Amino acid sequence: MTDMAPQNDATNAPSGGCSSGSCGSSDDAMAHLPQSVRDRVNNHPCYSEEAHHFYARMHVAVAPACNIQCHYCNRKYDCANESRPGVVSELLTPEQATKKVLAVAANVPQMSVVGIAGPGDPLANPERTLSTFRAIYEQAPDIKLCVSTNGLALPDVVDDLAELNIDHVTITINCVDPKIGAQIYPWIYWDNKRIRGEEAAKILIERQQLGLEMLVERDVLVKVNSVMIPGVNDKHLEEVSKIVKSKGAFLHNVMPLIAEEEHGTFYGVMGQRSPSKAELQELQDSCSGDMNMMRHCRQCRADAVGLLGEDRGHEFTMDKVEEMDIDYKQAMEFRAEVHQSIEEQRTAMKKVATVSLDAIAGVKTEEKKATRPILMAVATEGQGVINQHFGHATEFLVYEASSDGVRFVGPRKVDQYCIGSSECDEGESKLERNIRTLEGCEAVLCAKIGLEPWGQLEDAGIEPNGEHAYEPIEEAIAAVYLEMVEAGKADIQSDKIIQQATA
Amino acid sequence: MSYSITDLCVNCHACFDVCPNDAIYKASTQFMINKKTCTECEGDHDDAQCASICPIEGAILTPAGEPANPAGSLTGIPPLRLAEVMAEIQAR
Repeated sequence: MTDMAPQNDATNAPSGGCSSGSCGSSDDAMAHLPQSVRDRVNNHPCYSEEAHHFYARMHVAVAPACNIQCHYCNRKYDCANESRPGVVSELLTPEQATKKVLAVAANVPQMSVVGIAGPGDPLANPERTLSTFRAIYEQAPDIKLCVSTNGLALPDVVDDLAELNIDHVTITINCVDPKIGAQIYPWIYWDNKRIRGEEAAKILIERQQLGLEMLVERDVLVKVNSVMIPGVNDKHLEEVSKIVKSKGAFLHNVMPLIAEEEHGTFYGVMGQRSPSKAELQELQDSCSGDMNMMRHCRQCRADAVGLLGEDRGHEFTMDKVEEMDIDYKQAMEFRAEVHQSIEEQRTAMKKVATVSLDAIAGVKTEEKKATRPILMAVATEGQGVINQHFGHATEFLVYEASSDGVRFVGPRKVDQYCIGSSECDEGESKLERNIRTLEGCEAVLCAKIGLEPWGQLEDAGIEPNGEHAYEPIEEAIAAVYLEMVEAGKADIQSDKIIQQATA
Repeated sequence: MSYSITDLCVNCHACFDVCPNDAIYKASTQFMINKKTCTECEGDHDDAQCASICPIEGAILTPAGEPANPAGSLTGIPPLRLAEVMAEIQAR
């Protein structure tokens, strides 16, 4: 992906994306990647934090069978981990899935990616999965294809995947030690037998590692997912991270275990706890030192449709899809136009680099104090002015103000849904979601704001500001920044700077 | 004699894909085994394939009518523990 404009160096300002740990630093993660990989994930909403604001993806549920048992899964329901939480999905035949993909791709031109993630293991259903990919590849070659797997059947189909131009594969690798594996996987189906214990785990691990190596050899991008299970593999995942990176995986996504008694899983029933947010963050941090980590994963359902955090699946049920009359060729041309204009928009947003304070607020360069950069969010419906009610915002534009001027950082979408039972309390309100979205920002500028959100924003350390309603964004931000400078709120706290200033 | 599938079947297709005799078919609400074509995998495999891949305890019955995968044998959850948790959840 192309990078957002770099943050001012040596500051502790949060990175461009949300920095809450549930959403986030993948732009940083991407910065370490070779340009060739970044170009390939540029419009992939699951891999690029920035792209997920512009492009849509969909999953099709064509793969019901599985060839292993995980202790966090109950086959009576969809898998609660590995990107397919809790909701039983509509199983589609390959023909239905292809029709649905083509219908969505014609109606949601932002669509760039189709994935098969379940509800079982896609590669344990090779005919259903591969024939779906083949049909989409033939009829909509502009759509990127991706698949996730436990890895057991992976080496057998690596060549098929490469041939169908599938350039993103996610392997769930929870361990590289069979002793640990035996505590996660009670059995596998292998070589026409059910095999248990360490013997089973050893085979699975070998197949996962072999599959990873074979994909990398064929230049297929590999992401590794790991489920963090406290007391089982939490201490072990740093080693997993090192190994998969050394073999060429381009991203590692550590997800928290989801285990509730009601799910009827081994871990749920036996009282295995999930990691706390802090534990997850700590592990992600300790892995990120030597691995590109992905933190904006939303653990989507296996049949999700639309932009991340949004599900338009109800618009594309099979009965509706059957009735649609679509010109596929025209749809593809339209998609190309839309994608091009998205790319132009993204380039333009980056070019609106820094608007200097001089230009905006008439501050002369020599009057500038050494101050730190501050992130501010804006609620706007467009036209470059602050013209939206705080409560109506479904996304905020984030700007960075510093002594160098005002710079657009990027949009942040407010999640339409809670992001998972272990990530938030049930019934998180829209206000709470707004505030979570604004983490790292120190002010929010909007046309109007209610009393309740006002108080809660202040409690969260974010200054609400309705004084610049209907004013141009950059000028308003510059004005607020200068007020903050005046009030000493933007002073640099570092001892070093103070010494310099007094010297 | 033949293996058979009970109404605990979750329609995951796994057995359907691995049966060497194509003896498994989709019925209206679940998969079923054709008694005439099931060979218990004799001559093809050491173990009955449907019983070896099925993820649901009690869903496949042996020719003798016994669960091929009794309670606790696949999930590792001791049946007593499961009963306790179920009772506790139902009492909420």
